[in-house]
Amino acid sequence: MAATTLAKGITTGLRAAMEKDPKVVLMGEDIGKLGGVFRVTEGLQKDFGEDRVIDTPLAEAGILGTAIGMALRGYRPVVEIQFDGFVYPAFDHIVSQVAKLRARSLGYVAMPLVIRIPFGGGIGAVEHHSESNEAYFAHTAGLRVVAVSNPHDAHWMIQQAIASDDPVVFYEPKRRYWDKGEVGDGPDGALGTARVLREGTDVSLLAYGPMVKTCLQAAEAAQEEGRSLEVVDLRSLSPLDGEAVLASVRRTGRAVVVHEASTFLGLGAEIAAMVTEEAFHHLEAPVLRVGGYNVPYPPSRIEEEFLPDLDRVLDAVDRSLAY
Amino acid sequence: MPVRHTQRCVRDVPRSGPVTPGPEKECPVSDSDVAPLETAYGVQHHVTRADAPGRPAHEGGPEMVQLLTPEGERVPHAELDAIVDALSDEALRGLYRDLVLVRRFDTEATALQRQGELGLWASLLGQEAAQVGSGRAMRRQDYAFPTYREHGVAWCRGVDPVNLLGMFRGVNHGGWDPNEKNFHLYTIIIGAQTLHATGYAMGVQRDGDVGTGDERRDTAVIAYFGDGATSQGDVSEALVFAGVNNSPVVFFCQNNQWAISEPNEKQSRAPLWHRARGFGFPGIRVDGNDVLAVYAVTQQALDAARSGQGPTFVEAFTYRMGAHTTSDDPTKYRVSAEVEVWKHRDPIERYKRWLLTTQRADASFFEAVEAEADELGTSVRERCLAMPDPDGSSMFDHVYADPHPVMAREKAAFEAYHASFEEVR
Repeated sequence: MAATTLAKGITTGLRAAMEKDPKVVLMGEDIGKLGGVFRVTEGLQKDFGEDRVIDTPLAEAGILGTAIGMALRGYRPVVEIQFDGFVYPAFDHIVSQVAKLRARSLGYVAMPLVIRIPFGGGIGAVEHHSESNEAYFAHTAGLRVVAVSNPHDAHWMIQQAIASDDPVVFYEPKRRYWDKGEVGDGPDGALGTARVLREGTDVSLLAYGPMVKTCLQAAEAAQEEGRSLEVVDLRSLSPLDGEAVLASVRRTGRAVVVHEASTFLGLGAEIAAMVTEEAFHHLEAPVLRVGGYNVPYPPSRIEEEFLPDLDRVLDAVDRSLAY
Repeated sequence: MPVRHTQRCVRDVPRSGPVTPGPEKECPVSDSDVAPLETAYGVQHHVTRADAPGRPAHEGGPEMVQLLTPEGERVPHAELDAIVDALSDEALRGLYRDLVLVRRFDTEATALQRQGELGLWASLLGQEAAQVGSGRAMRRQDYAFPTYREHGVAWCRGVDPVNLLGMFRGVNHGGWDPNEKNFHLYTIIIGAQTLHATGYAMGVQRDGDVGTGDERRDTAVIAYFGDGATSQGDVSEALVFAGVNNSPVVFFCQNNQWAISEPNEKQSRAPLWHRARGFGFPGIRVDGNDVLAVYAVTQQALDAARSGQGPTFVEAFTYRMGAHTTSDDPTKYRVSAEVEVWKHRDPIERYKRWLLTTQRADASFFEAVEAEADELGTSVRERCLAMPDPDGSSMFDHVYADPHPVMAREKAAFEAYHASFEEVR
């Protein structure tokens, strides 16, 4: 397949899933004629009709609540939340219902929902449009949480998420929507697995979503300084692919976790704890975190100072190697 | 199968007599269309603050549909009589049996809580007619989304009452198969289920199970909720989604006057059934302690939904005779005189009187029902006490459908930890 953007990778993945299974329906605000504010669903309503690509009222709790009902009737709804910061009105339905209905029914009820959330900053947006709230959902048992970083995974992982009988929160890095890449012939491993994108021997960079590209750039720059950095794309935040993370850290002895989300109780904290518990004797240095500061997401004129970048990643690499 | 998107115009749906699916009418919007407030049922009402000024808060008012007075006298009703008249004497006696057995089950559950066998119980005492009347109006293929107090609806759907005790005993969070009897799991988050019901109804539309004219196919959904829930955003959003999608869902609000300690006046300035108009579909208030009126009104609303005419808001005007739950003490916030007023409106007594005076049932029938109720109480008690506690390790089961490494690891660790104690012994 030719090179395509991350956004179009999701579009083609959605289209494939809808062609394969007539029970797949899309729900969200402005996803019909407009194709969504990021045009991810562009052309789908025209081809699949208004009953399968549903322009909903402007109410996130209503979208999630009715999607639950559709799932109970046997549909596989794919819900689009317009921006990360708009998901909170739906939080109750996601945490109290979507995540728990299977356990509450002792397995009689499945919740094959996908909740798509464009996330992260770096696009100069106004408030509530640049958040990274994945830790809330990763903390919630009953949900699966994934984040894609490239067009190939975007195309295949959205189909894997739709095929799963479990609810999946699907994070899309909005500032990478227009990045291009090849889409291969099949998925790289099952949903829930990480991928080593660049092998290295000195330090493991563990990242997901928009920070994968940043880490690949950092590894490239470090190579010029004679340092060999391994880049692991976590891809799945719940469950974490512990085996892949631990295998990488055992090889390098050093780990730096990178995400846009604030570090306090973020994914980095969980990964640091896991690595400390499971690979303590392999560590040459403490697990370090590079993330957003523990403040509300700042105004866009200073967002670059909030967001981890190549230099902040390399600074952490220096500190790790200095141990 | 396409979904019906054509909006039915509220003014143009007379809904008198049996609802027959007809051609959908265009609904031109103009100021003059918005002004009249007659309901689709032709009942006049006043636009006032809350209920009419000067009227006691616990009076349903002239707009309330009632077919049976508290004294058991039948009130004729031009539109609804046909629905009641279609019921055989056996079916009419069946409603009485339902009311009594449901109350007996509820009494037994309250006793079980008092004796420490249930952690909590949410009694339906006083609301039997609202639940039995609406529950019996449903067809097999219809689907109910309950709160945690719909024991009477569960009974009508054929759900084993012992299943309802599991969550209150603490052995599960529900645990029945909702699709077996088309009765969803009890929902504790107030109002959330109204959206689930609406989404389910949107699925029904997409399956083409609306307006076919096939009695065994056309499907309606009924969402149960209380007066307190009407304050929740979820309920308003459900009314929006159901309205714009013209979905086959009946919003059945049991206004039992109290949301724990807060009276209905603290939840709403307007009568609850007036809400429907703002969302573009009919609303109606029915005497929730009158099983015949609830049955007839609900059946009319369900028929409308099944035939493609969209949602209806039914406010069943009733009273919570007991506490909110067994953890509550209503003597702290309401006066006994009010309870006395509602005792006089008891749903079972009035119906029994009517069955007797119209000679539809005799003493031997009532004795037989009492005996059956006692048997039910005994059986429920025995089966409740026999419910085993689940294995601790079962908490890891059913969290995910697909294999999950955390579940596998933690379950194994849990079992190994407990096994380690056995080795010490």
